[in-house]
Amino acid sequence: MTTTVTPPETEPAKVTKPPRLPKSARAGGQLHGGPVAYAILVVFTIVSLFPLVWTAIAASRDNQRLAQTPPPFWFGSNLFNNLEIAWKDANLGEAFLNTTLVAGISALTIVCLSTIAGFAFAKLRFRGRNAMMLIVIGTMMVPPQLSVIPLYMMVAKLDWTDQLQAVIFPSLVSAFGVFFMRQYLIQALPDEIIEAARVDGASSWRVVWHVVFPTARPAMAVLGMLMFVQTWNDFLWPFLVLTQTGSPTVQVAVAGLGRGYTPDQSLIMAGALLGTLPLLLVFAIFGKQIVGGIMQGAVKG
Amino acid sequence: MATRHDTAAPPAKEGGAAPGRPPAAGLPEKEQRRRARLSRRWQRDVRWSPYAFVSPFFLLFLAFGLFPLIYTGWASLHQVELTAPTDMDWVGLRNYTRIFDDDFFWNAAKNTLTIGIISTVPQLLMAMGIAHILNYKLRASTFYRVAMLAPYATSIAAASLVFVLLFGRDYGMINWALDFIGIDPVDWQGDKWPSQIAVSSIIIWRWTGYNALIYLAAMQAIPQDLYESAALDGANRWQQFFHVTLPSLRPTILFTVVVSTIGASQVFGEPLLFDANKGASGGAEHQFQTLGLYLYEQGWVNQHLGRASAIAWTMFLILIVIGIVNFVISRRLRASSEEFRP
Repeated sequence: MTTTVTPPETEPAKVTKPPRLPKSARAGGQLHGGPVAYAILVVFTIVSLFPLVWTAIAASRDNQRLAQTPPPFWFGSNLFNNLEIAWKDANLGEAFLNTTLVAGISALTIVCLSTIAGFAFAKLRFRGRNAMMLIVIGTMMVPPQLSVIPLYMMVAKLDWTDQLQAVIFPSLVSAFGVFFMRQYLIQALPDEIIEAARVDGASSWRVVWHVVFPTARPAMAVLGMLMFVQTWNDFLWPFLVLTQTGSPTVQVAVAGLGRGYTPDQSLIMAGALLGTLPLLLVFAIFGKQIVGGIMQGAVKG
Repeated sequence: MATRHDTAAPPAKEGGAAPGRPPAAGLPEKEQRRRARLSRRWQRDVRWSPYAFVSPFFLLFLAFGLFPLIYTGWASLHQVELTAPTDMDWVGLRNYTRIFDDDFFWNAAKNTLTIGIISTVPQLLMAMGIAHILNYKLRASTFYRVAMLAPYATSIAAASLVFVLLFGRDYGMINWALDFIGIDPVDWQGDKWPSQIAVSSIIIWRWTGYNALIYLAAMQAIPQDLYESAALDGANRWQQFFHVTLPSLRPTILFTVVVSTIGASQVFGEPLLFDANKGASGGAEHQFQTLGLYLYEQGWVNQHLGRASAIAWTMFLILIVIGIVNFVISRRLRASSEEFRP
């Protein structure tokens, strides 16, 4: 799967080494990292992971222990108790269901729409294609947050406040997704295969279903995961439209724990841990693919 | 990837001609009409299906991207209250003059700029360094990449709450560590610069690994022979980094600068949740109130949606200026790099 995600250009070119090349010539992908490189990487890995581990440590203590010096460095015995209270206090069961629904629908729709649009931009000729692609790239530069006020007005007018569709609809579209799939399909889908299917009499939709979707499957999986993570972690918009009553997303619920008036820090940490855990699991399992996907999306084609 | 011939087989049975061909003479009239119909359908398909493929994106983008953006501009010229978002009174540019006269706007603009600089510059520099190291041949390199991306999986909400605890004035881990090496405790939430550094550190923590991966991808796309010819010319590794790696990364660096700039102009969740008073003011003395937070305060706390729209459009115009500057710089850079290319 990963081999197909990595575009051909990024693979280190095999060079027949001329004899007695200076040592410095073998820089870049060729050079082996020394102890200094490992030391720096280990430090950065610890800095990256420490706040996450410490969330779990704090969630396993009680509030009084957290209000002492030195702060706790190892796990206490309160973890499951705190998780249970945080789960109930923040109504996390419903929040998980809501967020899974929102992120699932968004990711699925974005992946499908991005694949067919990306296919059109990558492989089909039509009038206005370049101009439209410029618009797509341009929209990647427009921050979505600048639209929250009219979106809020629209949602209020439609009477969708506090309902999940208010969160789902604005997140169904991703210019990054279109760009990502276009980059992938340019390289992964040879023109000959489309032509062959065309000669066989397949309509455009048939080509999409029987040729494009199977070819794009690895990239679709990666894009789906990226979009799932992004929607799962979205904060501002759900925070604005889902604050009045009961159906929050996980992020809104977790933030709500922190904004209570008598905050119990260990409970807040338990909530933060619960809100992060599902995605960390996804990363633990599919980390390699996600890393490959981000790197693939970064390379210009 | 094989085409499924069983399902993609042509509908025409006699002669097996592809539908694109002109109808053959000498066939029965009925068959000729059928072929002409298929051919027309075929041409319609080729001509219009690309538009069908891209239209869902553009329709959704019009409804949830472009229309709201323009409508924000329209709303910024009106007095609109949160309690009755559909009642709009034309006030011209008064919303803009009101916010420009507001000291809190300029304070928020300054804070956004400083938080943007102290979060973006170290973040991208560190990402570049890490990418350079990750580009070596290493054991367990996938592990480091995934571990460094783990903060990206953490939400703003969870990350901000954890950092509030780590940066606590009396019992936080960071002040404890400072005390350990003999430095007086810092009021990370109350004082201006410490609080801005603390908010920035949340951003740096979440995004450094992500940017490192982007740089790494670009580094791996640099052709190896560039390094070899540089080495044959006698360049050491530092010189190779500055004369081969950095110039090749220019487009990627500009891309990350633009994306980070946009992100920095939007900072909202981190300062909101970092505030001990649970308010939208960005600390008791607005010491870390960003433009995003000021927009929220005007629109949803003070309920002036019109004024909030004016803030949003001001931010948009600033971003356009940054975009144009960036475009000009990247063209200059491209032109100058082409001059030196053999």
